[in-house]
Amino acid sequence: MSDRTRLTVSPGPHVRSKESTSSIMFNVVLALLPTTLTAIYYFGSSALMLIIACSITAVATEALFQKLRGVPVTISDFSALVTGLLLALTLPPELPIWMAIVGSIIAVVLGKQVFGGLGYNFFNPALVGRAFLLASFPVAMTTWKMIDVTSSATPLGTENPAGIAIKDLFLGRVGGSLGETSAAAIILGGLYLLYKGYIDWRVPVGYLGTVGLLTTFVGKGGPIFHILAGGLMLGAFFMATDMVTTPVTKKGRWIFGIGCGVLLVIIRVYGGLPEGVLYSILLMNMFVPIIDKYTLPRAFGEVKING
Amino acid sequence: MKVRTFEQGIHPKYNKELTEGKAFKFASQPEEVIIPLQQHIGAPAKPLVKKGDIVNLGQKIGQATGFVSADIHASVSGKVLAVEKVNGSLAVRIKNDFEDRKDETIKAKGDLKDLSAEELKDIVKEAGIVGLGGATFPTHVKVSIPEGKKVDKVILNGAECEPYLTVDHRTMVEQADKVIYGLKALMKMVDAKKGYIGIEVNKPDAIESMQQAIKAEDMISVVPLEVKYPQGGEKQLIKAILDKEVPSGGLPLDVGVVVNNIGTAVAITDAIQTGMPLIERTVTVTGAVNEPQNLIFRIGTPLSQLIEESGGFVGTPGKVIFGGPMMGQAQSDLDRPATKGTSGILVLSKDEVGAYPQAGPCIRCARCVDACPAKLVPTALVNLTKADMNLKLQDYHVFDCIECGSCTYVCPANIEVLQWVKLGKENLQAELRKSE
Repeated sequence: MSDRTRLTVSPGPHVRSKESTSSIMFNVVLALLPTTLTAIYYFGSSALMLIIACSITAVATEALFQKLRGVPVTISDFSALVTGLLLALTLPPELPIWMAIVGSIIAVVLGKQVFGGLGYNFFNPALVGRAFLLASFPVAMTTWKMIDVTSSATPLGTENPAGIAIKDLFLGRVGGSLGETSAAAIILGGLYLLYKGYIDWRVPVGYLGTVGLLTTFVGKGGPIFHILAGGLMLGAFFMATDMVTTPVTKKGRWIFGIGCGVLLVIIRVYGGLPEGVLYSILLMNMFVPIIDKYTLPRAFGEVKING
Repeated sequence: MKVRTFEQGIHPKYNKELTEGKAFKFASQPEEVIIPLQQHIGAPAKPLVKKGDIVNLGQKIGQATGFVSADIHASVSGKVLAVEKVNGSLAVRIKNDFEDRKDETIKAKGDLKDLSAEELKDIVKEAGIVGLGGATFPTHVKVSIPEGKKVDKVILNGAECEPYLTVDHRTMVEQADKVIYGLKALMKMVDAKKGYIGIEVNKPDAIESMQQAIKAEDMISVVPLEVKYPQGGEKQLIKAILDKEVPSGGLPLDVGVVVNNIGTAVAITDAIQTGMPLIERTVTVTGAVNEPQNLIFRIGTPLSQLIEESGGFVGTPGKVIFGGPMMGQAQSDLDRPATKGTSGILVLSKDEVGAYPQAGPCIRCARCVDACPAKLVPTALVNLTKADMNLKLQDYHVFDCIECGSCTYVCPANIEVLQWVKLGKENLQAELRKSE
């Protein structure tokens, strides 16, 4: 019996959960579907073209870069697709396609591959792409097409935030980037990710809670306006929660979310640009290693320190 | 019913339905037993027999060497064929004469209430009893409380949190009185005032059976536990039942507790009531075999025979594991004997083992951090080990890892997290020795 039986000998555990990196990333894509469809519904073919262009470019760039470096091509893990899709959703609907393609290349190369690929990057790749586009093409990046509303800027650019109906903000019937207008669609996807356990509630709660609390006292428009307007919802559920670039400890995730909230309010209320989400997350990304280091959980049985 | 547990942990698929309803059966005796002289943690026993000797059932054939060691006894009567190295350690091979001729030393030791704590400890030592949960720590060492320590509680571990395994479950259903008798003996040995039996709630019949058995005992409680891995980990069990944390680097003794396995309690009972040393034990043979079941087998029975006894393999086997799927050890050789530490024989089919996909990069998903029952940050331990920053591992409490494997189980990138952590422990130990 034994001489004909070839047995595998390897260390335990001998069973594994079914979850994989690609299944997680694929679920993020699924969670972005409501927002993607809403974007296409409101902004039409221009949105569709941007989404397709960014997605294809991101995946192709990753494949090409890895081919050139002679490392395994990992586009089947869906992470490049997530980057491309997320970047597209932060763009204004009328942005020229070639700019979106450049942004998508930058996102994958500078935001991710130069650090060693998935898992090694410090910054959210999609936000790196957006930051690049914003610096390079500021006018194109801040020109908004309106959906049958009368105001002439994004809600955050308006002089009269009180004039915008909460319902419109919630459903997305306002100007803005592709994926940031409909809070309802974002929340739907966010709840799905929370339900599947792919994001930690501490980050969006810390982020949105801090913004809500602080804008009760400072700035114009009040907390509900600030939470619903601009890219905060998308940022809180899909970017500040990016696994790779946020802390791994629970306490750390609180600090990260709250830190993003504080920075966002400072930038929105006292800064010149309505770019709070972008910079608050990128800045907090830089603190992640140090946050992780100083928020180690108390190990089981570790003596409680006095005080 | 208040269900207790510890923080974090995981929920692997339990697969206990294969055998949980199946009463114990005696496995047929083998023609030949191979009895290793080391079936416990600690020093191997020294052989007391030589080739050609005739031995009796229950006769001592290996003498414990040193304190942390355990005696070894013949599990069949017959002729010693050889005392030889098997798989790297000394073993006694006995040709079974199927007479079950009991050794004359085997006799009942008297009533529990008449035996002193010292006498009880001697009985346990003479019977070669070790922890039957799989860790095989000699029981007489566990009940010898060092000077200055005080124990007031004994916990019996009936959690059986390893997937697939059901021997503790069946023991509690079928032999509740023996379990309680053994627990009371343990309490007497360590002078404990209180006894607890922790049972996961997926074994309602075991809880029911044990509750019946303790009706007349006011010093013993049955504690229902949440179904969660590693609920049966010693420290997790103490946390769940008593809400006490065994201090880092410490032992259950440090919080006044001794923890033992259900099967161990029964072995103690047998040693007192019949005088029979530990020559047989229970095992769940399960997974990809035709008739998964719970067996009682003679120590030293070859693995292949227990598998055949259970209807043989279904399809091509991929892995044969001693123990459960989380912490069990994969075997390379089916002639290998099952021993005191064999609580399970789990066969995984070729398809189930398949090829694990190659490990990808850590995506910092923190699943390992959220799963770790020791509250460590496994991903950081892996990175520090990879970077050879061994001394830093101390700041991250690497030695508090209980090696339960939850981190590897949950990792979506297929990283062998536990293997890296074990390597880190070894590297750190080496580094610390160097600096001494």
